[in-house]
Amino acid sequence: MTTVQERSPMPQEREPNPALTDPSRPIGFGRVQRKEDPRFVRGKGRYLDDVVLPGMLHGAVLRSPMAHARLVSIDTTEALAHPKVHAVITGKDLEGLNLAWAPTLSADVQAVLATDKVRFQGQEVAFVVAEDRYSARDALELIDVEYEELPVVIDARRALDPGAAVIRDDKEGQTDNHIFDWEAGDKAETDAVFARADVVVRQEVVYPRVHPAPMETCGAIADYDPIDGKLTLYETTQAPHAHRTLYAMVAGIPEHKIRVIAGDIGGGFGNKVGIYPGYVCAIVGSIVTGKPVKWVEDRSENLMSTSFARDYIMKGEVAATRDGKILAVRTHVLADHGAFNATAQPTKYPAGFFSIFTGSYDLEAAHCSVTGVYTNKAPGGVAYACSFRVTEAVYLVERMVDVLAQELEMDPAELRLANFIRPEQFPYKNKTGWEYDSGDYEPALRMCMEQIGYADLRREQAEKRARGELMGIGVSFFTETVGAGPRKHMDIVGLGMNDGAEVRVHPTGKAVVRISVQTQGQGHETTFAQIVGEELGIPTEDIEVVHGDTDQTPFGLGTYGSRSTPVSGGAVALAARKVREKAKAIAAAMLETRPEDLEWEKGRFYVKGDPSAAKTISEIALGAHGTVELPEGVDGNLDAEVTYDPPNLTFPFGAYICVVDVDPGTGKVKVRRFVAVDDCGTRINPMIVEGQIHGGLADGVGMALMEFIGFDEQGNCLGGSFMDYLIPTAMEVPDWETGYTVTPSPHHPIGAKGIGESATVGSPPAVVNAVVDALAPFGVTHLDMPCTPARVWAAMQGRPTPPI
Amino acid sequence: MQVTMTVNGTEVTRDVEPRLLLVHFLRETLGLTGTHWGCDTSNCGTCVVLVDGEPVKSCTALAAMTDGHEVRTVEGLAQGAAGGGTLDPVQQGFMEEHGLQCGFCTPGMMLTARALLDREPDPDEATIREAISGQICRCTGYATIVRSIQWAAAHPAAAPTEQEVVA
Ligand code: FES
Ligand code: FES
Repeated sequence: MTTVQERSPMPQEREPNPALTDPSRPIGFGRVQRKEDPRFVRGKGRYLDDVVLPGMLHGAVLRSPMAHARLVSIDTTEALAHPKVHAVITGKDLEGLNLAWAPTLSADVQAVLATDKVRFQGQEVAFVVAEDRYSARDALELIDVEYEELPVVIDARRALDPGAAVIRDDKEGQTDNHIFDWEAGDKAETDAVFARADVVVRQEVVYPRVHPAPMETCGAIADYDPIDGKLTLYETTQAPHAHRTLYAMVAGIPEHKIRVIAGDIGGGFGNKVGIYPGYVCAIVGSIVTGKPVKWVEDRSENLMSTSFARDYIMKGEVAATRDGKILAVRTHVLADHGAFNATAQPTKYPAGFFSIFTGSYDLEAAHCSVTGVYTNKAPGGVAYACSFRVTEAVYLVERMVDVLAQELEMDPAELRLANFIRPEQFPYKNKTGWEYDSGDYEPALRMCMEQIGYADLRREQAEKRARGELMGIGVSFFTETVGAGPRKHMDIVGLGMNDGAEVRVHPTGKAVVRISVQTQGQGHETTFAQIVGEELGIPTEDIEVVHGDTDQTPFGLGTYGSRSTPVSGGAVALAARKVREKAKAIAAAMLETRPEDLEWEKGRFYVKGDPSAAKTISEIALGAHGTVELPEGVDGNLDAEVTYDPPNLTFPFGAYICVVDVDPGTGKVKVRRFVAVDDCGTRINPMIVEGQIHGGLADGVGMALMEFIGFDEQGNCLGGSFMDYLIPTAMEVPDWETGYTVTPSPHHPIGAKGIGESATVGSPPAVVNAVVDALAPFGVTHLDMPCTPARVWAAMQGRPTPPI
Repeated sequence: MQVTMTVNGTEVTRDVEPRLLLVHFLRETLGLTGTHWGCDTSNCGTCVVLVDGEPVKSCTALAAMTDGHEVRTVEGLAQGAAGGGTLDPVQQGFMEEHGLQCGFCTPGMMLTARALLDREPDPDEATIREAISGQICRCTGYATIVRSIQWAAAHPAAAPTEQEVVA
C-alpha cells in the first residue's frame, strides 16, 4: 500500500483540506513522495546526454558572430580534412534536400542553416559531424566563412522606421519588418469610457527579453535506419507527439516511421517546445553518415539561439473614478519576435492569451492591440512558464493598478479588493471574450495580507521612511488562463490542443497509464498515478505511468502552458472512470446482480444494503480477464482510452505579497519576505503543488531583479552566458511562505486548474511593485525590470531608463 | 596520458587526452552519468563532485588534475551495491522534503550537502544557503533543498562515514 507520508506541517502551511489530505486515506490524492525520485537521487536519471548509442557520432553547430550579414562564402575544405570529421553540412547541402528552411509554429519559416544571410548573432551556419565532441568543436574552427556586414535592427521601437534594414527579404512581398497586427476587445466602447473617466493613468511598461534556461540545455540524438527507413529521435522535448507529426510534415519521413523518445528532461519551462535547427541537423547528419548523431547545445548556444521569452513593450492605460473604481484598461503592445516568427502558440492567438490583461477586475471595457515586428535577435517568444503571454498581461495590469493606486493615494491592496470580480459573478465573461470558470478572490488576498501581517508592515514602513530607510511592500493578484484548449478554438499548426490517455488494469489489479504529456520535473509519474488511484482505488505504487515515447503513448500536444493537469489530467480521470463503469458491469455479473444495485466505495463495488457482498477492483480485473461470463457488449479487459477536449480553459488565481529592503547606498534590492496564496482548484499532491509554486517564485525574483538578455548596438548578445545572464541562487531568494484556497474548476473532471506557471506569472509584479514602493520617497512611479542595483540607483537619482 | 584515481572507492586507470575535463572523464570515459553538465562558465554547479571530500566543479578541472586523488560522485553516495544499497540521509532528505524536481542539479546539490554535513553536522539555514550558493537550481526555488539538508542533519543515523564509503 502506498502510504501518505507522515510529516510535520511546514511552518507556513494552513490546515490542509481534510477531504484531500486525510492521512487515513492512503490512496489517491494527498502528499506522497514522488515515484521518480529514487532514480534521480541515485544519479540514475536518463537525460538526453546520458544516452550513448553504438557507433554514435557527435555534432556541433557553427554560429554566426554577426547579427545581420550577407553570406559571401563558406569554405569547409579544411574541416572536412580533419581526420575525425565524418561530415560538414551547410545550408547549400540542405537546399538540395529542401530542408534549408523549416516552417515555424507561427506560419513563418526559419533558416535551419543560413543560405543567404544571417539574421541574428548565434544563427546556425554549418554543422560538423565528428567522432567525438571535442573533435567536432575543433573542426568548427577550421570552417572559413566570409560575411558582408549589414545594418542591424535591435530596438523594436525602430524596427518600423522607414529607413530600417529589411531583415526578412527572403519573404516575398516583405518590404519592412512588420509581422502582424492583432487586437481584442471593443475599441470604441473603451475609448468612450476613457473619455468620461475622472482619472486616467498612463505608463509604458517593458517586459524585457529573458530566457527559460533550464539546467539541462537542449539536444537530440537522431538514429536513422536506412534499411527499414525508421527514424528514432531522442530529444529534449516537452511535446514528443507534436514533434513527430511536424517532422513527418517537414522532412517527408512517414509518420509511422518516426519514433520520438523523450527521456528524463532536465527542466523545460517552454524552452523545449520548439524544434531547433540543431535537431534537424542531427537528423540530416544521421542520414548522411548512416550512424546515430548526437547534438547537445552548450549554455551559450542555449541562451543565444533557442527560445527567448517576453520582449513586450506595453503602453498601459487605466481609466478610473476618483474614488477608486477601475473602469477600463487599454494598451498597445510592440512585440519583438526576433528574426523569425517562431513563437509556439495556438494559431488564432498571435499574441497568445495576452488579452486576459483585464486581470481579476470587473471592468466596463477593455481593448488591446499588438504589433509584432522582426528584429536581429534570436527567434522564439513564448517560453519561460508564461502560459502563452499571460505573464506579460498580468505584469502589465498589476503594475498599472499600482500606478493608479499611487495616483489616487490609495492603498494598493484596498484598491484591488474594491475592484475584484465578485464570487457571484462567476462564470464571468470578461471584456475580451474569456469566460473565467470560477474564482473567489477576496479571501485569497485577505489571507495573504493576514499571513504577512500587512498592517504591521505598513506601520514598520512608515517608521523606516521617517528614518530614511527604504522598505517596500508589493502586492499582486493574478488570474491565469491555462489548459489550452478546446479544439474548436485552439490548435497548433492545425493540431487540436487535446490529449489522449489510456488506462489498463492488468489481471492482478495493477495498472498502467499511458499519457501524451511530458514531464520536465513536474512529477507526472506520481500525480497521474494518483489521479487513477483516486478514481479506481488502486494504490499509487501499483500504477505505472508511461510517457515520453511516441510508440508507446496516445497522441497529444504535450506539456506547456500549464496544460498537463487541465487537459491530460482530465483525460486520465475520464479514462479511469470508463474503466470503473466497465468494472461495475463485470462486478454485477460476478455478484449476480444488476449494475444499478451496486455502490462504489474507493476500490470496490458492493451490493446496496449488503456491504459484505463485494468485489474489489483486483478481483474484478481478474474476472474481466478470466472466465467470468461477461455481460452483453463488455469485452474481456479493464482498459479504456480517452482523448480529452476541454470545454473551456481553467483560471487559477492567487494573491502575492513581497517585502523588499533597498540599500540606499548601492541600490541593491533584498527580498526579505514573500507570501504566496494560490488557488489551483483541487490539489492532487500538495507537496508537488508547493514545489511548482516555489520554483515559479524564484523565477519571478530572477526576472524582476536579475535576468535579462540584452544586446549592444551591433546586435551582440550581452546575456550569452551564466556570467551575464544572472539566475537567482539560494542567496537571492527568501524562504517562501505559502497558503492556499481551493475553488475547484466546475468543468474539469476533478476540479483541478493547473499550477505550473502561476507563480512565474504572478510574482514579478509583486517584486517590482515592492521596489517601486520602496523608491516612492524619490518620486519614482515606475521602474522597468530587471531592478539591478545600477538601475535602481539610477531611478533614485531621477534617471530611470528602460532596458534595451 | 595516463591517469589513475579512486572513483567511488575503486581505483581506475585510463589513457586520456590531456585536455579532457573531469566531467567528461566521469560521464563519458567511466559512464558515470549522474554527474551533469550545465554551463560553460563554472556558474551552475550541476557538475559538482567531491575530490578528497571537498566539492569541486568537475567542468573546471581536468581529469589529469585529479590524478592520484579520490573522487566521489552521486553514484557513490548510497552505501552498498550500485543502484541499490542504503541511501545516504542526504538522498533520503531530498525525497522527504521534495528537494528535487527535474533532478538535474540534484547530484551536485547532494554532494555539496554531504561535504557540508561532514564538516558541520548541524548547520543553520544561512550556512546551508551559503554552501549551495555556487550552484543553480531552476526548479525548486531552493527552500525545499534547504529543508532537505536540514532533514539529513536531523537524521544522521544512517550516515556512512567517508572511510566506510571509500573502504
Ligand atoms: S557545468 Fe556549470 S559549473 Fe560546471
Ligand atoms: S531540480 Fe531541476 S534544476 Fe534543480
